Amino acid sequence: MNSKILEVEKLRKFFITSRGTVRAVDEVSFSVEEGETLGLVGESGSGKSTVAYTVVGLHSPTSGQIRFKGEDISRPVSKRPKALKQSIQIVFQDPGTSLNSRRTIQQILELPLKVHHLGNSRDRKERVVELLERVELPPDYMYKSPNMLGGGERQMVAIARALATNPKLVILDEPTSALDVSIQAKIINMLLRFQEEMKLSYLFITHDLSLMRNVSTRVAIMYLGKICEVAPTMKFFSNPFHPYTKMLLSSIPVVLPEEEAVKPAKITSEGEIPSPVNVPPGCGFHTRCREVNGICSQKIPEMMEVEPGHFVWCHLFPVVTTPTNLEKGVSV
Amino acid sequence: MGETLLEIGNLHVEFKVYEGRLRVLNGVNLSVQVGERVGLVGEAGCGKTTTMKCVLKILTSPPGKITEGKILLHDKDVLTMGSQEMQRVRGHGISMIFQDPTAALNPVFTVGDQLMSVIKYGSKGSLSKKEIKKRAIGTLREVRLPDPERIFTNYPVQLSGGMRQRVCIAMALSTEPELLLADEPTTSLDVTIQDQVLRLLNELVERHGTSVIFITHSLGVVREMADRVYVMYAGNIIEGARKEELFANWLHPYTLGLMNALPKLTGGGIAEGIPGRIPEYLDPPSGCRFHPRCPRAMQQCSQSIPPVVHAADDHDVACFLYRGETDE
Ligand SMILES: Nc1ncnc2c1ncn2[C@@H]1O[C@H](COP(=O)(O)OP(=O)(O)OP(=O)(O)O)[C@@H](O)[C@H]1O
Ligand SMILES: Nc1ncnc2c1ncn2[C@@H]1O[C@H](COP(=O)(O)OP(=O)(O)O)[C@@H](O)[C@H]1O
Ligand code: SF4
Ligand SMILES: [Mg+2]
Ligand SMILES: [Mg+2]
Repeated sequence: MNSKILEVEKLRKFFITSRGTVRAVDEVSFSVEEGETLGLVGESGSGKSTVAYTVVGLHSPTSGQIRFKGEDISRPVSKRPKALKQSIQIVFQDPGTSLNSRRTIQQILELPLKVHHLGNSRDRKERVVELLERVELPPDYMYKSPNMLGGGERQMVAIARALATNPKLVILDEPTSALDVSIQAKIINMLLRFQEEMKLSYLFITHDLSLMRNVSTRVAIMYLGKICEVAPTMKFFSNPFHPYTKMLLSSIPVVLPEEEAVKPAKITSEGEIPSPVNVPPGCGFHTRCREVNGICSQKIPEMMEVEPGHFVWCHLFPVVTTPTNLEKGVSV
Repeated sequence: MGETLLEIGNLHVEFKVYEGRLRVLNGVNLSVQVGERVGLVGEAGCGKTTTMKCVLKILTSPPGKITEGKILLHDKDVLTMGSQEMQRVRGHGISMIFQDPTAALNPVFTVGDQLMSVIKYGSKGSLSKKEIKKRAIGTLREVRLPDPERIFTNYPVQLSGGMRQRVCIAMALSTEPELLLADEPTTSLDVTIQDQVLRLLNELVERHGTSVIFITHSLGVVREMADRVYVMYAGNIIEGARKEELFANWLHPYTLGLMNALPKLTGGGIAEGIPGRIPEYLDPPSGCRFHPRCPRAMQQCSQSIPPVVHAADDHDVACFLYRGETDE
């Protein structure tokens, strides 16, 4: 019995462009447990969306494996069986462009039902009303077009569409980062409720660590196509190891003195994320790292389990030969 | 408190559109003391940018129209200034940094050309070309761009978002303005880059003694950037106080709602947020514009506009829940 709903192993996604090869995602491994929320955090361009798109099959992987409930699904969406497509859904960042403005909300919500032959036309209409109700929108919204709605309402429609096929795994690619906080709060609470009710697993992508603190079971940090730290949320915030994580945490503007206390001692952020076309040798973070030493620019670090369930990708953390490590190899 | 640099009083702005009149700014009051960093915080569409455009007199009209109010810069009303006087204000008095550094820079000119033309405009021919170039490179160095000589010859597309925003800051400060209007200058940047840009801005305005209006939708950012904070909702300033006072003792139900809705680094889940959404300006709610969303609304809230009261020391709020002196 496998409790991991999604396993991603050594996933690579490179794009060949006129400027060179973009190493958007480079040997990324992680998994999502049944019913959990794995938070994937990183700066712009770190490769989060590329991971998301590859998992749902919008990109085919350059190499590596993606498994859903143990079954290899490392292929584009066009080659995936329908049942699989129903099970894995995605909500995109921009609620403005992810919905077709020439369709009514009813047409938008009916489409996945039609594609998957779920019910006849009357059933489908009932289901649309039910979906709208779920996301707390009035039934007459089905006759509206997306551009008549506010940003928050559009995102609720996008969520309703993702839920239409009763998925198991939902990938949320910055679902609230284009919205105001007062609207974000409502959507997040709704998503958490659906997770309970429908036993959903989430891969939740965001660049907002404060949000992550409140929604995820575990957190993974991405930098320049790599995952550099993974830990259970409490551990991640109380005892971050990776120098990049510390830099990120100490850069967050907060509103309460208690939050200030959670931040690591001020680590002044320096430099910028390098281009994924021109990835620095060794650890990709060494150009900005305050704890850099000789080996960092020469050798690629290995992922280390520093304490149970807490993985770090950094030369400061040498191989710890704990029994768990020996047993499992180093799989996150 | 010191000398008042800018005073916006009872500012009303409308936009005429096909469907009718959008009554956006609804009596904005805000003032900036010399050397003060003022934060203006509010969610998208509440009227922050519109307010700033009025100060610089760059509101496009039509459709925009100032129907009432005054904007005093050193006791002189900007709104009645002639175009020559206004050019002086834009050349020396007030500079602006915009949210999107990409749109603010002209893609077909080099960074150096754009910077030099701003300096030239501000200096009104008193500097030689060589001096202008020297000063331009100096300002690029001041905003800590690596290799300023190279960046001087670069086009905006050759720079990252963070670097572009530094160029915009360099441009805005190159004329040594008295007042800097920074309109969400870090919203499009990553958090580590935001941190760098905020530190830089703080350091520069302190060194030059520049007064600032810093606009943001983030309470966390305003806490790092301002001495005094104004909170805006649907075309009104609903609360204003010294920063320390505001973050210890926020009063307005909207400010409270925002504070609660904000995810905290300490965890504990997220409150339900504020029901509904920002009103349509075509037909805004009567009385307090927040009343349809306010959990504490009373009968009078929909009937008349709550006056601004001094609810505590250096702390103003516009809400019927609070009693205190008014300005009238
Ligand atoms: N189709 C593509 N062709 C070429 N390069 C691409 C493509 N898609 C993404 N990239 C590049 O891959 C890198 C990672 O992009 P990705 O969109 O995954 O980042 P992200 O972490 O989601 O960033 P953001 O926070 O800005 O959404 C970027 O440098 C991006 O420009
Ligand atoms: N040129 C314009 N024509 C019509 N409406 C406008 C125009 N400029 C701004 N508005 C409206 O005024 C309101 C306030 O906008 P803005 O000042 O840009 O808000 P903020 O900067 O706080 O996000 C919004 O509802 C916006 O749509
Ligand atoms: S005036 Fe009334 S409606 Fe407005 S914020 Fe205060 S209590 Fe709420
Ligand atoms: Mg993305
Ligand atoms: Mg704006």
